[in-house]
Amino acid sequence: MSVRQSLFAAATASILAFASAPASAQTLRYANQGDLKSLDPYTLKETTTIAHHGHVYEGLVTRDKDLKIIPALAESWETPEPTRWRFHLRKGVKFHNGDPFTADDVLFSAERVRAKGSNFLTNVPPDAKFIKIDDYTVDVTLDSPNPILISQWDGWYIMDKKWCTDNNTVAPTPASATTPSFASLNANGTGAFMIESHQPGVKTVFKANPNWWRKPEHNLKEIIFTPIGSDATRVAALLSGEVDVIEPVPIQDIGRVDSSPNAQVLKGPELRTIFIGMDQTRDELLYSNVKGKNPFKDVRVREAFYKAVDVELIKTRVMRGLSTPSALMIAPQLFKLSGDFTRPKFDPDGAKKLLTEAGYPDGFEVTMDCPNDRYVNDAAICQAVVGMLARIGVKVNLLAQPKAQYFAKVLKPGGFQTSFYMLGWTPATSDSQNVLYDIMGCRDDPKSSRGEANLGGYCNKKVDELTDRILLETDTGKRDLLIKEAFEIAAKDWGYIPLHQQALAWGVSKKVKMTQRADNQVLLYWATKQD
Amino acid sequence: MLAFTLRRAIQAIGVLIAVGIISFSMFRFAGDPVNQIVSIDTSAAEREAVRKSLGLDDPVVVQFARYFGNAAQFKFGVSYQFRQPVSNLLADRMPATLELAICATIFAMVFGILMGVYSALRRESALAKLFQAVSLIGISLPTFLIGILLIYLFSVTLGWLPSFGRGDVVRLGWWTTGLLTLSGLKALILPSITLGLFQLTLIMRLVRAEMLEVLRTDYIRFARARGLTTRAIHFGHALKNTLVPVITVAGLQFGSVIAFAIITETVFQWPGMGLLFVQAVQNVDIPIMAAYLLMVSLIFVTINLVVDLLYTIVDPRLRSTISRPA
Repeated sequence: MSVRQSLFAAATASILAFASAPASAQTLRYANQGDLKSLDPYTLKETTTIAHHGHVYEGLVTRDKDLKIIPALAESWETPEPTRWRFHLRKGVKFHNGDPFTADDVLFSAERVRAKGSNFLTNVPPDAKFIKIDDYTVDVTLDSPNPILISQWDGWYIMDKKWCTDNNTVAPTPASATTPSFASLNANGTGAFMIESHQPGVKTVFKANPNWWRKPEHNLKEIIFTPIGSDATRVAALLSGEVDVIEPVPIQDIGRVDSSPNAQVLKGPELRTIFIGMDQTRDELLYSNVKGKNPFKDVRVREAFYKAVDVELIKTRVMRGLSTPSALMIAPQLFKLSGDFTRPKFDPDGAKKLLTEAGYPDGFEVTMDCPNDRYVNDAAICQAVVGMLARIGVKVNLLAQPKAQYFAKVLKPGGFQTSFYMLGWTPATSDSQNVLYDIMGCRDDPKSSRGEANLGGYCNKKVDELTDRILLETDTGKRDLLIKEAFEIAAKDWGYIPLHQQALAWGVSKKVKMTQRADNQVLLYWATKQD
Repeated sequence: MLAFTLRRAIQAIGVLIAVGIISFSMFRFAGDPVNQIVSIDTSAAEREAVRKSLGLDDPVVVQFARYFGNAAQFKFGVSYQFRQPVSNLLADRMPATLELAICATIFAMVFGILMGVYSALRRESALAKLFQAVSLIGISLPTFLIGILLIYLFSVTLGWLPSFGRGDVVRLGWWTTGLLTLSGLKALILPSITLGLFQLTLIMRLVRAEMLEVLRTDYIRFARARGLTTRAIHFGHALKNTLVPVITVAGLQFGSVIAFAIITETVFQWPGMGLLFVQAVQNVDIPIMAAYLLMVSLIFVTINLVVDLLYTIVDPRLRSTISRPA
C-alpha cells in the first residue's frame, strides 16, 4: 500500500470515526493574513472583516453555502408593489445581552449604516425609507424599483438599538475620531458566536452562543482567532498543528501542505476577476513614448494587446494551475449566461499584424501599473504580461508597488494616473450591474458615481443605457439577456482584457470539516472539528 | 557637570526634532491613508469626506504644525485602522517587546561571555573554532531567515516549541507577562534566540578579543609571577577587566535590539510594538508610525545620554575634559 493510499485510508477511517462519534464541543484555532481591526460592523467593508463580523452579527438576510440569498433575521418578505418591500421579522430572537430583536433595531440599523463614518453607505440605498408597521413587520419604500435591493443586505448587520444608545455608540466610528468607540471594542449581535475578548491585531476569542435561534451545524465551543501576517509562519503554524485553519495558503506552499500528514488545502474558484485595463480617454498617454496621440484609442491596438496575452500560460506557469481563465469581467457563478462567451484565442501573429495596421509596426513603450501585495501573485502576473507584449514589440515598463502607493496613484482621488494597469474586482452586489456601472460605465459626468473604478475610462453610451435598463428590469430572464447584450458590446470594443478568477486556497487541518464559499468568507459556523 | 548635562539634553531634543521632521516627510511617500480606511468600491465623494475629516487636504505647513504641536504634548491621536488611541495600543504592546528584548539581551550576554571566554582561553581547541564558525553565521545570516529556519526545525519538524505568538500571558496591573506560564516561556525561546543571535556573536567576539588583550598585559603576568591560581587570574582579574567595554556595548545595543525586534516580531507574529509598526506602515496608519518612531528615538537618545553621564562618573579622566570644553 503506497503512502498516498494509506493516507487516504486513514482519512476515510477518520471521517467514518467522526461520523459515528458524538459531537463534543471543540476549540478551533484560526489564523488569517489580515487583522480584525474593529468590531464595529459598519467601519470597514472588506471580505475578511465582514466574515469575522458575520460570526457575531446577522443581517435580515444571509447567503447560504452556494451564495443564494436566504432568510435570516427576516423570516420572509414580499414586494406588494415594485417600490414597496415588506419584511416579516423573526420572533423570539435575542441579542447576546438578552435584549429582544424587534423592528426598532432594524430602523435604527438602517439609520446607523447610512450615517457619517459608515463604509457601507451603498449597501442600503439612500432613497430607501424604513417604516415600522408593528414590532415584527417593516416596510421599505423606494423612489424607483430596485430588483437587487437586498443583494447587499447579507453584509448589513443588525445592531441592538438599546445597547448602542446605552453605550453612546449610535453612530459608526469615523476614521478621524479622537475618542475610541465602544462598538469597536465590544459587540452585541444575534449571531452564532459572542465575543469573549478582543485585542485588536493580536487575538480575538469567540464563544458559542448557547441561545442562538438557529440549530448550530458546528460543534465548537470557542474560536481563537490570531492574525499571522508572515506567510511562512502561518503555514508553519498549520503544519505543526498549532492552528486548525489558515487563509490564505500561498500558492508555492500548497504542495507542501497537501503532502503533510495533518493538513490539506481546500481549493476553489474565487469570485474576484483579475483584469487589465487601458487608458482610452486621454488624448495623449501619461506614460508612453507615443506623443500627440493615444494608441489605446485605436480598437486594433486594444485587440492586439488582448490577443498577445496568453492566459493559459499565466495559469500554468504563474498560478500553478490555480486560476480559471475568464472571457467576462464577472465570475461565471454570478452570471447565468456566462457560458455563451468564449475567450478569443491567443494569437501573437495576429496581434503583431493588428499593431502594424494601426501604425505601430515596431510597437511602442508604455508603463504598466501593478500592485504587488493585493492579489495572488499580482506582480508575477504583470511580469508575465510584460514578457508576452515584448513578443509583439511593445516595451512595457513595469511599475509594481505596494497597494498603498498603487491605489493612491490610479484611483479617482489620485486622478486616474495610469496608462495601463492590472486590477481585481468582486461586485459587492454579486450582480453584473455593479460591474457594468462601476468598471465599464462612462465617467464623463463628474457629478455621477458611474465609472468610478473605470480607471482606463472605457466608454460606450450603449452600454450605459443598457446598464440603466438592467437596474430597473425586474424580470430575471429579460434582465440576463440585457446583461449579455451589454457584455457583448464591451467585448466587441475590446475595452478590457479579462484574465482569470484566482483560486481560493485555505489550509485546513484534517480534523476539521468545513464549507468553502466562493466569496472567500471563512465562516466557521459551518465547521466541525473532531478530537 | 550641570552644564554638560544640559548641553547633552538640548542635543537630545535636537535629535528628536530631526527625527520628527524626517518621519513626517516620509509619511508623504507612504501612500494615501484613505485607501486603507475605506473599501475599494467606496465612492469618490465619501473618500473626499474622509480626507477632509483627517485634515489631509490642508497645506503641508499646517499639517506639519499640527503634527508637531500634538507630538510635543505627547498626543498621538487615534489609530486610523483600529480606531483606538495610539498611546493605549503602544502601552498594550510595550510589555511584549520589552520582555523579548530583555530575554534576548540576557541570552546574548550569558552565552556570548561564556563562549568568548572559552574561545580566548582555549584558542586552539576544536570547540573554540566551532564557536568562531557559528558566530560568522550569526553575523551574516539575516534575522528573518534564522527565524524561519528555527521555526521549521523546532516547531514543524520536532514539534517542541510554538511557531508564533506569546502563549498564555498573565496580567499584572497594566503589564502583561509571559514569564509566569509554561506556554509563555516556551513561546519566548525561539524569538529570543533569533533576536539575540547577532548580539551574541558580537559579544562573543568582543570578549574574546578583549580577553586576549588583557591576558597579555603586565598585571596579569605579575599575578602569575605572584603564584595566583590560573582560575583566580582568568576569572578574578582578566574577565573583570574585560567586562567594562562589554557592558557598555551591550547597553548601547539595547536600543537597537528594541528597534530590530521589528523583524523578529513579524516572523513570529509576536504581539509587540514592532509588529504594530510594520502593520501600520502597510496600512499607512500615520498616527502609529509617528508615535513609534518618536518613541524609539527617545529610547536611543535616553540610553546614549545615560551612558555618557555614566562614563563621566566611572572614568574621572573624562570629567576634566568636560569642564574645559574645547
